[in-house]
Amino acid sequence: MDEQYDIIVLGTGLTECVLSGLLSVEGKKVLHMDRNDYYGGESASLNLTQLYRKFRSGATASSELGKDRDYNIDLIPKFMMANGELVRILTHTDVTRYLEFKQISGSFVYREGKISKVPASEMEAVRSPLMGLFEKRRAKKFFEYMQNWVADDPSTHQGLDLEKIPMSAVYEKFGLEPGTQDFIGHAMALYLDDSYERIILYITSVARYGKSPYIYPLYGLGELPQGFARLSAIYGGTYMLDKPVDEIVYDADGKVCGVRSGDEVAKTKQVIGDPSYFSSKIRKVGKVVRAICILKHPIPNTDDVDSIQLVIPQNQVNRKHDIYIASVSSSHNVCAKDYFLAIVSTIVETDNPEAEIKPGLDLLGPCVEKFISVTDLEEPIEDGSKDQVFISRSYDATSHFGTVCEDVKSIYRRVTGQELTLKQRTRQDEEQKEMAE
Amino acid sequence: MSNNSRQGTAESPARAGGESNNVPSQNNNLKPVQVKLVLLGEAAVGKSSLVLRFVNNEFQENKEPTIGAAFLTQKCRLEDKVIKFEIWDTAGQERFHSLAPMYYRNAQAAVVVYDVTKSASLDKAKSWVKELQRQANPNIVIALAGNKIDLVQPTEEGEEESAESGRQVPTDEAKAYAMEAGLLFFETSAKKGDGVRDVFTEIAKKIPLELMMSPRPRQIVNGGPSPLPGLPRANGQNPGQNSGCSC
Repeated sequence: MDEQYDIIVLGTGLTECVLSGLLSVEGKKVLHMDRNDYYGGESASLNLTQLYRKFRSGATASSELGKDRDYNIDLIPKFMMANGELVRILTHTDVTRYLEFKQISGSFVYREGKISKVPASEMEAVRSPLMGLFEKRRAKKFFEYMQNWVADDPSTHQGLDLEKIPMSAVYEKFGLEPGTQDFIGHAMALYLDDSYERIILYITSVARYGKSPYIYPLYGLGELPQGFARLSAIYGGTYMLDKPVDEIVYDADGKVCGVRSGDEVAKTKQVIGDPSYFSSKIRKVGKVVRAICILKHPIPNTDDVDSIQLVIPQNQVNRKHDIYIASVSSSHNVCAKDYFLAIVSTIVETDNPEAEIKPGLDLLGPCVEKFISVTDLEEPIEDGSKDQVFISRSYDATSHFGTVCEDVKSIYRRVTGQELTLKQRTRQDEEQKEMAE
Repeated sequence: MSNNSRQGTAESPARAGGESNNVPSQNNNLKPVQVKLVLLGEAAVGKSSLVLRFVNNEFQENKEPTIGAAFLTQKCRLEDKVIKFEIWDTAGQERFHSLAPMYYRNAQAAVVVYDVTKSASLDKAKSWVKELQRQANPNIVIALAGNKIDLVQPTEEGEEESAESGRQVPTDEAKAYAMEAGLLFFETSAKKGDGVRDVFTEIAKKIPLELMMSPRPRQIVNGGPSPLPGLPRANGQNPGQNSGCSC
């Protein structure tokens, strides 16, 4: 490894692997290291042995759970929006060719003690038990409006400038009740500031495949960093797992110039890495509590489907942050046959994080196994312009990859001085290309 | 080369089919069955060279370590079936023991390569076979290929002795191991082409028929009426694949 590189990347989490892939494709000489002997860092999917090593100090899993190799358990629960930015990055880089995706079967919301499907089209709004008869009509109009809204076409705007007015004004125009606004904001916008773009993203993602706006890679989310790492390697990136990182080396001006592992120093002009490699350059901005649960049944009251997202809006349980439940199963090749995985997560607000996710855990029914962790959310103190060290943010509690993609783009901009531009390949382009060959 | 080299594909009917080398795929009424084949083995044993010989029938002296090939495809025609190999190269990730598990997911075949002039490379090959048997699809067809036999073959009169002395892995020893571990066994020369086609033809013959009957999961993404549109598995349109060709 005693060579000169353009960029050394530390940690093989998704953010780092996407950047490593993009930069290698552009011809940068990349060295990518990870202290772990597996890919993915915090965004890995682990088998039982690795999971028990991490949470149970190496105790062995019950043989009842089945084969080790059947398990790919995500550490961070997130789904991909079918129409989202990560999908665009995947198609732009052609990493889709290494992966297989499956749809998440349902999106649910917890309201007034009951679990209901989140309606995401005017058809579903009409059937939804979440609203009364007249409210359904209003909601139907609202969904039609959002689905047909086109930024460049004022005729679709009905006199509302979504860029300028808050969503509350839009709800008001359609006369939506507070309860309806609530599930739209929390279960569809999935954000505190329920901006119209997020609602449109949700609705257009649902429109893509039906059922839910989410897709998920077979064998777990850990496949994503591996796919981008392969892209990077194909374009010349060098990979070293199980490689301790002992020192980040700086020159006299305080700019980074190398990374030391044991006696070896790899020279570089820039370093990208996750917060765990830079304890003195990061600050804590919060905590997330997550409970990884292994179940022998689908989550009750969700139509017995193989995978769901369930949101418990904060005001339903007197909190400031929503609680998310993400569930996948053996049909996603992440656990043994007849088992289900569910991860309950939220932002920590009190000194007793475990109690905070109890409303979520209570909805799961009996768990075969439960691994609870509280993780710090960290972010870099500086933007890297001075020392050329670019640190990613921790994976937050949001339920999809929107914020991860924002971080990727932000670091890309700071590292290269340019915006990341993605080619949106359409189906038609693909077909024409195939015809031409 | 013609435009099909852009995709890294080339027609190459296997010998077993008894067909000429120039039959275009369009004339064929058997639908090709896609088979993912992964290459494994120590760095510099000739993994990429074997594939280049098989796919493009060429050899590059002093080939640089692998860069730029996502995977190459090559059809192999048998009497009763046509197999389209999707051949995955390690992209150098094996060099520092950093090959991702994703690499051998759903692989139906593997070629584990060693260098007949380096006994340590056979040990490494054995550890890859173990890893495959532990992690990969239980029905995977594995072939062991001892490459670089051109280095131990007499090239001219009088060189026989010195050449044979360069061999560190006796054929019998590797063959016995392959038998014991249930692997197909070949000795090959990517440089001269000896035995290369046989590796792929014999694998094609041995791929279990039931695997071919049931499409792989990625081809039947369930949960919707159609496979996920917009997330197509592109048919080999990867800029990186170009470097697999000499053109």
